[in-house]
Amino acid sequence: MLIRKPADIPYSEVTPKSLYLRRREFIRTATGPAVAAAEALSPTGARAQGRPKLPHVRKSQFSTTEPLNDYGDVTGYNNFYEFGTDKEDPKANARHFTTRPWSIRVEGLVKAPATYDIDGFIKPYALEERIYRLRCVEGWSMVVPWVGFPLADLIKRLEPRPSAKFVEFTTLHDAQRMPGQRVPILQWPYVEGLRMDEAMNPLSILAVGVYGEALPNQNGAPLRLVVPWKYGFKGIKSIVRIRFTDRQPRTSWEIATPHEYGFYANVNPNVDHPRWSQATERRLGEFRRRKTEMFNGYGQQVASMYSGMDLRKNF
Amino acid sequence: MTIPDTLRRVIFAAALVPAAALVYGAFTDDLGANPIDYITDTTGLTALTFLIVALTVTPLRRLTGRHELIRLRRMLGLFAFFYACLHMATWLILDWFFDFASMAADVVERPFITLGMTTFLLLLPLAVTSTAGMIRRLGKHWQQLHRLAYLAAITAIIHFWWVVKADFREPRLFALALSVLLGFRAWWTIRTRLSSRF
Repeated sequence: MLIRKPADIPYSEVTPKSLYLRRREFIRTATGPAVAAAEALSPTGARAQGRPKLPHVRKSQFSTTEPLNDYGDVTGYNNFYEFGTDKEDPKANARHFTTRPWSIRVEGLVKAPATYDIDGFIKPYALEERIYRLRCVEGWSMVVPWVGFPLADLIKRLEPRPSAKFVEFTTLHDAQRMPGQRVPILQWPYVEGLRMDEAMNPLSILAVGVYGEALPNQNGAPLRLVVPWKYGFKGIKSIVRIRFTDRQPRTSWEIATPHEYGFYANVNPNVDHPRWSQATERRLGEFRRRKTEMFNGYGQQVASMYSGMDLRKNF
Repeated sequence: MTIPDTLRRVIFAAALVPAAALVYGAFTDDLGANPIDYITDTTGLTALTFLIVALTVTPLRRLTGRHELIRLRRMLGLFAFFYACLHMATWLILDWFFDFASMAADVVERPFITLGMTTFLLLLPLAVTSTAGMIRRLGKHWQQLHRLAYLAAITAIIHFWWVVKADFREPRLFALALSVLLGFRAWWTIRTRLSSRF
């Protein structure tokens, strides 16, 4: 597999944080009081407030140097149907969601099936910042500075049996705490999965944070999957179970609408959603649409896994 | 009993609130992370709401005997068209920025866009023929022509249905409302036909 020359710049160097935090001040000075007045009315904050800072986060060769989306966009605009189907719902409805205590069940074709407490579960892994593009199947995208660790590191430690061909992830199922689950929009709990080689790909991470801080509830705290060459819905949130299996998992969107959403869900501008084109996307914060890239621009790292596969059939 | 002009003015002003809120939101950068989507959704939803409300006038008149309500129908229908125009303009300018080739492909290849365009083209002649002069000139054909409003409501709801990913609660609600309205119509037509036979 080809791995490109590391960009090796964390977001704090893409734009020095001191400047980044003052960027609105800069804009204000440059454009005068009209903008300042508009800005005062704007509710989108530039960055986190009061989330615990994550220590010892290393930078990664896999990060993009593209400009980041605003903290307000990243944490205020996303799909997490467990907390409502509007993209502003998760932020509003996940506010009081508690993620401690939290346990994660590891089961299936693995050396030692067990239940772990979240803090002990993620402790062995060195945290990295991964600035990834995120492309939603709906046609919008953003650039997100995730903090997490390679899924491969976890899998190696868990020692799946050779017969394990897939990893299946499950979200918490608790309609008391996740009000969206009271409405039968999808089959709850949410289930996602990866083929073993996809899970072991160095781009696949489990995220515990964003913008250098602990993951906000609405983004899938305490633990979520990030697979940047796939559509956003593959990034299952608030994981409580990881199961190794020899059969391809049946994923939630596949069950809901099998002719529209497949198991692979690789970003592909040449294979349209039955109802809309996937050729272009709108990067949040930009006015004009931009062209969607094959595998969301991560072809170098992932294309070889799909050589010989008909991606029109395996959408 | 007539509807006082003050009430009509109040309804007129209220009908402009969604548009005004969008303009205000645009100037204060308060339309969320994806303003273009937000404007598209809001104008479309408002257009459909006005269309359904306009179609409620006739059944309501017949049920309540308050025939003066007819004075509101044209205004409500024209507001449906007004928001449909904003919805179209959003698609044309904000979404595609006059990329006519892509838009043409969209209309042909995307059934939900095709239906959206169909709805707009159905509403267009209704708006054009809404003046007193046109009503007079068209005579009995006017009513026949304006039955297209029901067809436009049907295509608009399917257009909405097809753009939704999984949560069909809203389009279902509109479909239910329209079914009730069409049900009244059908019932009255059948009853008139039956009674005219004897």
